[in-house]
Amino acid sequence: MPLPDIPPLLDAMAADLETIIDEHDLDRQRLALVGIHTGGVWIADALQRRLPLPTPQGTLDIGFWRDDFGHQGLPETIRSSHLPFDVDDRDLVLVDDVVMSGRTIRAALNELFDYGRPRRVLLAALITLPGRELPIQPDVCGARLDLPAGERVKLSGPEPLSLSLVTQTREIS
Amino acid sequence: MIDAASSAAARVQLTSDGRLRHFIDIEGLPRELLTEILDTADSFRGVQDAQVKKVPLLRGRTVANLFFENSTRTRATFELAAKRLSADVLSLDIQTSSTAKGETLLDTLNNLEAMQADAFVVRHSDSGAAHFIASQVTPNVAIINAGDGRHAHPTQAMLDMLTIRRHKGAFENLKVAIIGDILHSRVARSQVLALNTLGVAEIRVIAPRTLLPVDVEDWRCQVFTRLQEGLEDADVVIALRLQKERMDGALLPSENEFYRHYGLTQESLAWAHPEAIVMHPGPINRGVEIESAVADGPQAVILDQVTNGIAVRMAVLSMAVSGQTQSRARQRAS
Repeated sequence: MPLPDIPPLLDAMAADLETIIDEHDLDRQRLALVGIHTGGVWIADALQRRLPLPTPQGTLDIGFWRDDFGHQGLPETIRSSHLPFDVDDRDLVLVDDVVMSGRTIRAALNELFDYGRPRRVLLAALITLPGRELPIQPDVCGARLDLPAGERVKLSGPEPLSLSLVTQTREIS
Repeated sequence: MIDAASSAAARVQLTSDGRLRHFIDIEGLPRELLTEILDTADSFRGVQDAQVKKVPLLRGRTVANLFFENSTRTRATFELAAKRLSADVLSLDIQTSSTAKGETLLDTLNNLEAMQADAFVVRHSDSGAAHFIASQVTPNVAIINAGDGRHAHPTQAMLDMLTIRRHKGAFENLKVAIIGDILHSRVARSQVLALNTLGVAEIRVIAPRTLLPVDVEDWRCQVFTRLQEGLEDADVVIALRLQKERMDGALLPSENEFYRHYGLTQESLAWAHPEAIVMHPGPINRGVEIESAVADGPQAVILDQVTNGIAVRMAVLSMAVSGQTQSRARQRAS
């Protein structure tokens, strides 16, 4: 199946975020994007360029917060999370490339709250796939895809960003 | 001979696919694994920026600290490391008489295993204690060596490596000098092994002949008995504690004599590279192996070593418990 071209998706996501910022009267001066390693960081970078926000984006590696340590052990690489701003009372947009089970987002929310108490957290994803295992839905989404069983979508980047299909090897995304 | 010993050490410490499951000795561990420990520890350093300095990795797991020998700093940082991984921590001070030691050790360990502990942090005055436990007593509990006799203190060596890497970057071109009581130092032996594995260009140990182990020529390092020659242009200077409690013979004329010839003072530090960092595993004997002005001076990174110690111990605890978990999962599957 043909996979969508990424720049138009990013444009649409940025426009949707603008709408949400206006509708909810969010404080643009204090709004910050937080990308989830690795794909989410690339998407957050691209959105940051489209939106111009004064606050630099944060990054999260949720490796230490995963719920599958008992089965999988530690992931092979874990980077440091970096939030270059005070989280307390701030509006944040959590950004990931693909949302499927929702478990990565659950882990990211838990990690985020160890840094403080944000006022509001929104979720933006480039792609959503069916298969949610938790009550988590993105507020902004580039595209919803339906893939054949056993197929997954993978983001490559950062320059250029592109999507490809891969055969599923792990149970949790 | 060395290869046989190091492959035996590797076999006990690693899973069949080369992941850590015990951490007993630097010997036999490949460079990639040491680098993985440092990278993981670096990520844990990042967690220290958060308000909540904890991660949920070992939630519901139990780590038992078994200290058969006194320790303040190592024990405290292991305890903090386990707590920051969200593990439940049990710290036991085990006093043993020399005759009952063997039996007490086995009984204690079997009981703790029956309580379903996931990791034992072991400090013991006998060389080889941690290896014995990992290979003979409780192979399915992750054993972390927190110092065994004169043999090894691998987490101290790795926190030193992390400190060096964070201050000096790549290991390849560094000159590292280790000064003092090499004879009694499990730290020095582990440091030299780690520095060699990580590819340090020049490793020097500096000590009076009486404080050098007889096999030091096999250590893959340069040996100096004169401080000035050994310190010349060094990038990293590590002073070791003079282990008075382990000295039963007349190894030194006096502490003053030692300080005069081997003490790290502002004057002797000037022989090293002007940007050299000064390290010490602690506890410091001020005026015995190091001058206060150096220990508290701008080149000292001694307190940074303590902070790095927590991150390194978090890394090896989580990696070893992870390795054990995966081994068990594979056993169940097969």
